[in-house]
Amino acid sequence: MKWRGCWGKRFDRRSRFCRTRRVSGQTGKAPPATPQSGTIKMGEKPPSCSLGKQLVVNTARSSITDVFSRLQSQRRMAFMPFITAGDPNLDVTVRLLRALAASDADLIEIGFPYSDPIADGPVIQASYTRALDKKITVPAIFAAIRAATQPAAAPLPPLVAMTAYSIIFRRGAARFVEQARDAGFSGLIVPDLPADEARELAAQARQAGLDLIQLIAPTTPPERAARIVGAASGFLYCISVAGTTGVRRELPRALRDQLQWLKTQTSLPLAVGFGVSRPEQVDDLRGLADGVIVGSALVHHIAAITDQQVAVDAAIAGAAKLATEMAAAAHQQPVAT
Amino acid sequence: MNASLGNPPAPSPASSHVPDAQGRFGEFGRRFVPETLMPALEQLAAEYDRARQDPAFHAELADLFKYYVGRPSPLYFAQRLTAHCGGAQVYIKREDLNHTGAHKINNTLGQTLLTLRMGKPRVIAETGAGQHGVATATACARFGLNCVVYMGEEDIRRQKLNVFIMRTMGAEVRPVTSGSRTLRDAINEAMRDWMGSVDNTHYIIGSVVGPHPFPMIVRDFQSIIGRETREQCLAQLGRLPDEVVACVGGGSNSAGMFYPFIDDRGVALSGAEPGGRGTQPGEHAATLSFGVKGVLHGSYSYVLQDADGQTRDVHSVSAGLDYPGVGPEHSYWKDSGRVRYTPVSDDEALAAFSLLARLEGILPALESSHAVALAMKAAANRAPEDVVVICLSGRGDKDVYEVARVLGQTI
Repeated sequence: MKWRGCWGKRFDRRSRFCRTRRVSGQTGKAPPATPQSGTIKMGEKPPSCSLGKQLVVNTARSSITDVFSRLQSQRRMAFMPFITAGDPNLDVTVRLLRALAASDADLIEIGFPYSDPIADGPVIQASYTRALDKKITVPAIFAAIRAATQPAAAPLPPLVAMTAYSIIFRRGAARFVEQARDAGFSGLIVPDLPADEARELAAQARQAGLDLIQLIAPTTPPERAARIVGAASGFLYCISVAGTTGVRRELPRALRDQLQWLKTQTSLPLAVGFGVSRPEQVDDLRGLADGVIVGSALVHHIAAITDQQVAVDAAIAGAAKLATEMAAAAHQQPVAT
Repeated sequence: MNASLGNPPAPSPASSHVPDAQGRFGEFGRRFVPETLMPALEQLAAEYDRARQDPAFHAELADLFKYYVGRPSPLYFAQRLTAHCGGAQVYIKREDLNHTGAHKINNTLGQTLLTLRMGKPRVIAETGAGQHGVATATACARFGLNCVVYMGEEDIRRQKLNVFIMRTMGAEVRPVTSGSRTLRDAINEAMRDWMGSVDNTHYIIGSVVGPHPFPMIVRDFQSIIGRETREQCLAQLGRLPDEVVACVGGGSNSAGMFYPFIDDRGVALSGAEPGGRGTQPGEHAATLSFGVKGVLHGSYSYVLQDADGQTRDVHSVSAGLDYPGVGPEHSYWKDSGRVRYTPVSDDEALAAFSLLARLEGILPALESSHAVALAMKAAANRAPEDVVVICLSGRGDKDVYEVARVLGQTI
């Protein structure tokens, strides 16, 4: 079975996700459930912990690629929530990861707080500031993620680190990618490292088995886009609008043209971010994009913990509700015409 | 790349033929910005390349410098300061006499002409103490461009006079309330605005910082300072100076002053860094003296940051030097050994501020006072036939409230 082949040895670890797809899927291509699948609940240890060593992402084909191939074969979009590590603390971050996994997230982006972000809008910058005010550090983030992704823990979808280049450079690129890989990350997004400067980090990421995700902006001319596509792996992060991250009313029309053009240039999955916050926007992207990234709208819920003294449980529930709606929209199959 | 300083390689002589097409000053510079900005930077680099080869562009800028700014600024022999130091002859390059009272106007006029060539109707800028904001508002008023200046909320409160001047000239001053609410957040905010407005907006950055081609463009426009100084030395003294001293925050007046002397190996070049009130992190803004190599605001240079790559808080009595980074060409000059950078404390700068006022009747900006303090030490250690030139980058009117406050006086 081709579908199952994508997963190989990781099948057991992903059992909960396989179950989810099987239950909601109508393709008839879902694999037979393993004895364990359907029985693992949040917080429980999966029965087959011994596969831990085989789970390390160090194969030519990354877990990110696997997620997209599986969803593409089902003609569904990937839902990729973004949260900030350490906002307001790492315990909440790990609880959020679990909640987002339970909300059917296919990949989760974890933002590393940075003192001087340029690409991020006010909501995400404020979350970075909240985390940095609590003295969050990179080693603490890695330790928390390592604990959350250890084989004995409930499985999480592939994790992607969103990091300013300053943070990577300070640790040393080789050391950073190794530590990220060991913590359980599957990929890196470095929004202020344009493709022109990314060669060295891309090589090191490749060596560590991590995808270095490249970004394409609405302002990117075709010849630049072609160069970027050549250097990319995992998926292409397509910025929907010129500007910073943040919630926006609607997605611009030029985005449609760019996505259609990119489809003629690459087989890499296309994920759209910056300004995606409502299920209707996901509907608009169906057939054009392979995934949607939702950041500020989710982070907004978490901000309430600090800003309005909303209880942690309520804030996580609010974020999970939005995530569930967005995931449902992303996973909806196109209506046959 | 090595994240730590380690053992620096043996310095190779600094070249004046930098940066290359990728914006490299040796290993420094380059572009670390979101993809959204890359096309705008390429457009700016291409337009600047065309402008540089266009005699009409140079003629228009020269005309503005002469009739609008009042250039050339004098090279003045500071007789009583010389006697006070008891060593070398001290000359002062009077950038404080420029229109708007500082060197900043050299850059904003040049970049405004570039904005017009690119057909963009709107300009944005960041400002700390407000000098670059005023110079940008001035140039935009002169050419009828729409102007928005980002300024930290904290700085707006401290620099009411410059805020009023900018608004009077028709600029919109937008308070920045994120992060530390100072210059570096104003730069972040301006970059963010630019990400969403690159189509119709040019960002006039105020120093030799940021992604390529900004460090080169700002240096080139400010190089009028060093070119004039060089010619004036030859005309007035019949020779080149022995040492040239300028203050370094982001480093625009010093880059403009030093650059034309880079190939004159006999001329010592000295940068005065804001030494603040101590050598511990947070007590100073002396990036080249105490910093590490890293990435900030789109370029690779020395920076003041912690072990995680987070920018550190900085301090200087002078708001214009209160910046945790420095232009990449200065990092190149430091590592090559061509320029020597020395921290000058708040107290030394304040003493120089008062001394220059009393001895020469010149009220220097607190930024420039750092250069005065360093030059006085240099002059004292030199022979009477030697010549030391100070770049007096701006006048001190804007600083009188702050100086009075620090000295415990009321105005």
